[in-house]
Amino acid sequence: MSGFQEGVQLAIPALRRYARALTHDADLADDLVQDTLVRALRSQHLFHGGELRSWLYTILTNLNRNRLRSLARRPTITAIGDNDAPDASGPEAGGRDIERALATLVDDQRTALLLVVLEGLSYREVAEVQGVPIGTVMSRVARARLQIRAHLENDRPMLRRVK
Amino acid sequence: MMKDSDLPVTVDELHAYVDGELPADRRAAVEAWLATHPDDAARVADWRLQADAIRARYADVAQQPIPPKLQLDRMSYASRPWKVAAAAAVVAAFLLGSLAGWMARDTAGDAPNAFEWLTAQALNAHKVYAVEVRHPVEVAAADAEHLQQWLSKRVGHPLRAPNLEAEGLRLVGGRLLPTPTGAAAAFFMYENASGERFTLYCARTKTPNTGMHYNSADKAGAIYWVDSNIAYVISGASERKQLWKVARAAYEQIEPRVSQGERGS
Repeated sequence: MSGFQEGVQLAIPALRRYARALTHDADLADDLVQDTLVRALRSQHLFHGGELRSWLYTILTNLNRNRLRSLARRPTITAIGDNDAPDASGPEAGGRDIERALATLVDDQRTALLLVVLEGLSYREVAEVQGVPIGTVMSRVARARLQIRAHLENDRPMLRRVK
Repeated sequence: MMKDSDLPVTVDELHAYVDGELPADRRAAVEAWLATHPDDAARVADWRLQADAIRARYADVAQQPIPPKLQLDRMSYASRPWKVAAAAAVVAAFLLGSLAGWMARDTAGDAPNAFEWLTAQALNAHKVYAVEVRHPVEVAAADAEHLQQWLSKRVGHPLRAPNLEAEGLRLVGGRLLPTPTGAAAAFFMYENASGERFTLYCARTKTPNTGMHYNSADKAGAIYWVDSNIAYVISGASERKQLWKVARAAYEQIEPRVSQGERGS
C-alpha cells in the first residue's frame, strides 16, 4: 500500500464520523464515504502534496452538497435517526437533541460547524474546504451556534446555560 | 499606548477562543473579559456544551470497525453502479485543469469565435440527432460508465454526464462528434417524459471561463459557457426559460472546484 493509500486509509474513521453527522443516516453516510474514497483513489495522480485530510473532506463535502441539491427539487420526508437506531437510547440523552438541532441548520453552516467542532479543522482549512474566505467560515460557525441555541431553547432545554 | 490586551473583546474572538483559534497574545485578555462579563461567559460555556454534545453524539462512529465496502484493498476503483451513483448525485464533471498546457495546442485559433462556432456546431448536432428515432446515440445510457470513459479519453479531459433527473430529464446516451477545428467533442443526449430532447456538447477550448450566453438557430436554442478549458453547450428546442433551468442544473454539477487536486493549475 502506497503512502497515499495509507493516508487515505487512516482518514476513513473520521470521514465516516463526519458523513454520519452530515446525513444522520448510517447507510447514506457510508455511501458518501465510499464515493469519496473511489474519487480520491482515481484522482491520486492529481494530488500534489498538501493536506490529504482537507482534500478528502473537500471531496466529501462537495458530494454531500450535490446530493442535497438533487434532493432539494423533490419533496422528501425526513425521518431523523430511523436508520440510526443502535445508539438511540444511549447514555447521553442530549444526543437526539443536538442531532435535531444540527438538522435544522443551513447546509453550509452545518458543514462549517462540524468541520471545526467535530473534525478539529482550523478556520483556514475549513475556508479551503468550502472555498470561501475565513471570515465567511467564522460567520457560518457563529450563525450555526445561534441557531442551535435557539432550537434547543424552543424544543427542550437540554443544554442549559451554566451560570 | 494601548496594548493588544487592552482592546475590547469581539464576538468573533469569543468564537475563536472556543475553537482554539485565538492568537496567544489575546488569550489572557479574553479570559479577563469573561471573568467580568457573565453574559459572554455564559455564551462561551454554551458553545462548549454544544461542541461536547456534538462530539459525544458521533464519537463512537469513528471507533466502529470499518465495513468491508470501505476497505481500500477490497475496493475496486470503479464507481458504484450508475443508477446508485446518480441517486447519490455523484455525477459532477471531473475537471482537470492540469491538462491545460497541452490542451491549448490543438484548439489554437478558436479564441475569437469560440462562442459562435461551438454553439453553431452544437445546434447543428442537436438538430441532426435530437429527431433521430432509431439511432439517437452511439452508446446508450445503460453503458454510461463506458460512455463517459470513452468520451473522456477521446476529448482528453475527464467528463461526466450531469444528472438532470431533477429537471425531469433522463440520460439517453451519447456520441463522439468533431469540433470545428477537427478535435473530438463529447455529446450527451437527454430526454423528458414527453420525448423532448436536450443535448450537452462538450469540447476543449483555450478561451477563458465565461458566464452563460444564449444563442439560437431556427427553432433551437443553445446556452454556452466555458469552465476550466471546456466549452459546454446545452441545446434544446423548448422555450428559453426551461433551457436556462436545464443549463443551470448542469452548470451546478460541473464545478471546477471539486477538490484541491482537480483545481486548475
